[in-house]
Amino acid sequence: MSQQEIEVILARHLAEYLAMPIFIVNPDGDLIFYNEPAEAILGSRYNETGVMPASEWSTVFHPIDHDGNPIPPHELPLVIALTQHCPAHKIFWIRGLDGAMREIEVTAFPLIGQAERFLGGIAIFWEITTN
Amino acid sequence: MKVTFWGTRGSLASPSAETVRYGGNTSCVAVQGSEGTILILDAGTGIRNLGQSLPSDLKRVDILLTHLHMDHIQGLPFFAPLRRKGVEFHIWGPASTTMSLSARLQKYLSPPLFPVSVRDLSAELHFHELAEELPAHLIEIGEFSINAQLIIHPNPTIGYRIQCAGAAVTYLPDHEPALGERTFPHEKEWTSGYALAEGADLLIHDAQFTEKEYQSRVGFGHSSIRHAFEFAELTSVKHFAPFHYDPTHSDDELDFLFAETIAELHPSYAVTPSREGLSLEVVC
Repeated sequence: MSQQEIEVILARHLAEYLAMPIFIVNPDGDLIFYNEPAEAILGSRYNETGVMPASEWSTVFHPIDHDGNPIPPHELPLVIALTQHCPAHKIFWIRGLDGAMREIEVTAFPLIGQAERFLGGIAIFWEITTN
Repeated sequence: MKVTFWGTRGSLASPSAETVRYGGNTSCVAVQGSEGTILILDAGTGIRNLGQSLPSDLKRVDILLTHLHMDHIQGLPFFAPLRRKGVEFHIWGPASTTMSLSARLQKYLSPPLFPVSVRDLSAELHFHELAEELPAHLIEIGEFSINAQLIIHPNPTIGYRIQCAGAAVTYLPDHEPALGERTFPHEKEWTSGYALAEGADLLIHDAQFTEKEYQSRVGFGHSSIRHAFEFAELTSVKHFAPFHYDPTHSDDELDFLFAETIAELHPSYAVTPSREGLSLEVVC
């Protein structure tokens, strides 16, 4: 059986102890973990969603801007962190899997390990408004 | 493969009447392959005695360092073959994000910490930084194939899986796979060291603390004896050798702790606590 990278294991451990919502993806963009505070915003437990490809998580939460226009995946902070290997930040709305609309502020950054290995990305987000 | 323990103690050399049986020297293990190639795992104080036992016509030495904490490198300048001309020395280990392996080792092998510097040694030194190609660095040395991967321990630390003639020995002397886990063992995929240890014929693993000691030392980078046994079970190893004993644990205490843990957990694998001078033949 394959094993997650040590830096990713440690990132998950940190996320499990923090009260800030955190979302972790691997270098292919697959969602591999989000913590309990993130579950409250995304509207579903990680154990229920499990591993999810980028094509799914980048659309399943229906991200929209303040004018109600859909945000294409390549403009999402975590996709920018993954594809451009740089930090990104954005405020937008999502619809959680529980159906609630939430305005969130997201900061994403690439995860770079020992020997400059690219290991994926991490998004930290804050809920601003719930409708 | 023949595995011989030259130093089994963790953190600090601790020779005394109370540590005679398990030994007081710090981490050093020799692995001899079917064709005679010798690998040296870590260079704790046990490496001094190992150096006395090696043949005088030795032409090549490979030392695989897991990390550069003092108890794993302190014996290096006392390793006699380093002062012989004509010996080719290969030192394998982790770099850091900012310094090379050689530069990090020279912080110890230089004044004021040590009077002799690396350039004063007679042997021909070659440094190999494993971090360059981690996570799954494969090293070929003689008849050995060696996997090197990062494991959980403060500062970059590497674990090794050494394979020869179909048998596998995994060496994780300083390892805290339970760090951050609310329950341990957890999912295999999310367990540090799992890929290195899975199905190994012999696992040599950190067994530094009692359960009570571990509670006040979480994050120090070491395992409780119980966690080490549970890691061995999770990884389905065939034989487990506890290693890297706390300097405060006497022979009698270690006897008691191992007997107690075996009675409680009923491991499905063989258990042979490592001790200085012990040799184990490992076959698949």
